[in-house]
Amino acid sequence: MSASTIPAPPVPDTLAPSPPKRRRRGGGLGNRPGFLTYGLLGAFVLGSAYPLWWSFVVGSGTNRTRAETLPLIPGENFIRNAMTVLDAVPFWLALGNSLIVASVITVSVVTFGTLAGYAFAKLRFRGRDGLMIFVIATMAIPTQLGIIPLFIVMRQLGWTGELGAIIVPMLVTAFGVFFMRQYLVDVIPDELIEAARVDGANQIRTFLHVAVPAARPAMAILGLFTFMLAWTDYLWPLVVAPQNPTLQVALSQLQSGYYVDYSIVLAGTVLASLPLLVLFVVAGRQLIAGIMQGAVKG
Amino acid sequence: MTSTLIPPPVERTPRRVVKEPLTRRQRLSRFDLRASPYLYIAPFFVLFALTGLFPLVYTLVVSLHDWQLLQGQGDFVGLANFTEVLQDRFFWNSIGNTLSIFVLSSVPQLVVALVLAAVLDQNLRAKSFWRMSVLLPYVVSPVAVALIFSSVFGEQSGLVNNLLGVVGVEPIEWKNDTLASHVAIATMVNWRWTGYNALILLAAMQAVPRDLHEAAAIDGAGAVRRFFSVTLPGIRPTFVFVMITATIGGLQIFAEPRLFDVSTAGGVGGSERQFQTSVLYLWEMAFFRQDFGKAAAIAWLLFLLIVGIGLINFLLSQRIASAEKAVGSRRERRRSKGARR
Repeated sequence: MSASTIPAPPVPDTLAPSPPKRRRRGGGLGNRPGFLTYGLLGAFVLGSAYPLWWSFVVGSGTNRTRAETLPLIPGENFIRNAMTVLDAVPFWLALGNSLIVASVITVSVVTFGTLAGYAFAKLRFRGRDGLMIFVIATMAIPTQLGIIPLFIVMRQLGWTGELGAIIVPMLVTAFGVFFMRQYLVDVIPDELIEAARVDGANQIRTFLHVAVPAARPAMAILGLFTFMLAWTDYLWPLVVAPQNPTLQVALSQLQSGYYVDYSIVLAGTVLASLPLLVLFVVAGRQLIAGIMQGAVKG
Repeated sequence: MTSTLIPPPVERTPRRVVKEPLTRRQRLSRFDLRASPYLYIAPFFVLFALTGLFPLVYTLVVSLHDWQLLQGQGDFVGLANFTEVLQDRFFWNSIGNTLSIFVLSSVPQLVVALVLAAVLDQNLRAKSFWRMSVLLPYVVSPVAVALIFSSVFGEQSGLVNNLLGVVGVEPIEWKNDTLASHVAIATMVNWRWTGYNALILLAAMQAVPRDLHEAAAIDGAGAVRRFFSVTLPGIRPTFVFVMITATIGGLQIFAEPRLFDVSTAGGVGGSERQFQTSVLYLWEMAFFRQDFGKAAAIAWLLFLLIVGIGLINFLLSQRIASAEKAVGSRRERRRSKGARR
């Protein structure tokens, strides 16, 4: 990649007028949909939420509740079933492990993603375009398939069973870099960076005081998705640290043995799903914004 | 890897002869300007080289050796692992299962997501509420989904068979029967991802210029016609993106088949491996049978398969795009001819 291929500084995109918001009222297109639409949508939503509710109903009943055709009312045994779950698997340890693992991974992915994304979006340097193409290409690589050498290395290091072994392979993602780059390209005017430099700010100060504040919304979204991904990961934690389980691994251990008491298993499932359900209630809007923004950008 | 990141020292001698020698501060600032970008991208590239690229290459090394979990590295065996895997009927069985589950999950999922997005794209009351409700299953982890649906699809007394019993259908052997088990696992994937994909498609639909719709409406196109002639072409790039991510994800399904029926055969995908996916087979080979060499060979074959199918997807969409363009320009030409006449 020769220096000549680096494009001239582009005209800042942010100065261009943002496209007018789409208007939905008026005209023949913005009509409120009819009762049928709401009915169908409602039925779909209820149908897709029911398995979750059903888990709670069975998890709060006995194994016999499962034989009922369409149980709707929760039983009284949830606490007792949940206590059985806490006895059967190291639930609190697993919860703590998952919190540590997902938090460390999130901080790392967001930090390094923002740093590299900023460099790719706003700094000029030799080889930038080629390296960016490389990042994009690696997004399609299913890193799951590298578990065998990773396991061999972790075992040689004596890390199996350690949280570090779960965390280290997930510290950076190509997607994180790509996502932050796409966001920052549009959001920071080049003049702002230039101005900071003229004012005598060195590069790292410019990054901290210009880029990071501007990047905050995207960092939040990237963090949210990274956290969810790390929280729900199963294969790698199962392989490298089954004896020191994350929440997903502990949950999966509930369903071992020949006789399965589903009311216990489902009580555990509900219990283990609560953290993300809480997150969903708190940050659901950001999740939706993230999914929908990613779609338009990507 | 890292060595390529360090820029070659830039020669600036001609200028330096003319100018005053730089002060320490200036030199520092210039170094700051030059080196900072590389310092910022270095953590990503170093970590990615260690945890992403190195394992991929090292997988190839392992696959060329006789390599057991406990004994470690053995003799170099060339491509023997690959040939053995390719002759292994369980390998092909797992590929067949993966593709079957993949088709059963991606096709209905994309169709339903498209319809759902079109419904959500209407001028609904309480937009956020509907979007949230549609996304709810996404926050349930695959392990939890697997446990819930393993119970929902229980053979003796699962929700689905209970409901089927009401309408007089004989209980289905969701865990024993091959096709039924594929349907059950595809249902789990569909349940978790349909709403998520609907939101992506919804965003794309909202980006379709409004005047196109209005022009079509004025020309007398009904809602259905507008959907097929305006909305669908408008969201095609996003649709391709959703398709490719669905492919990459769909071919790597693990938790769902692993936990669908643990009580038989210890969770390797059914007593007859009737729903053993490829990643599950890879896991079994590595950590049950402890044959790392063969497992690494499976990993590489799977990698090639995923990249291959991704490429086919991509090329197919290019084809459709160019074909559409051709049709479009033909129409254009016909129209202009008509106008001249």
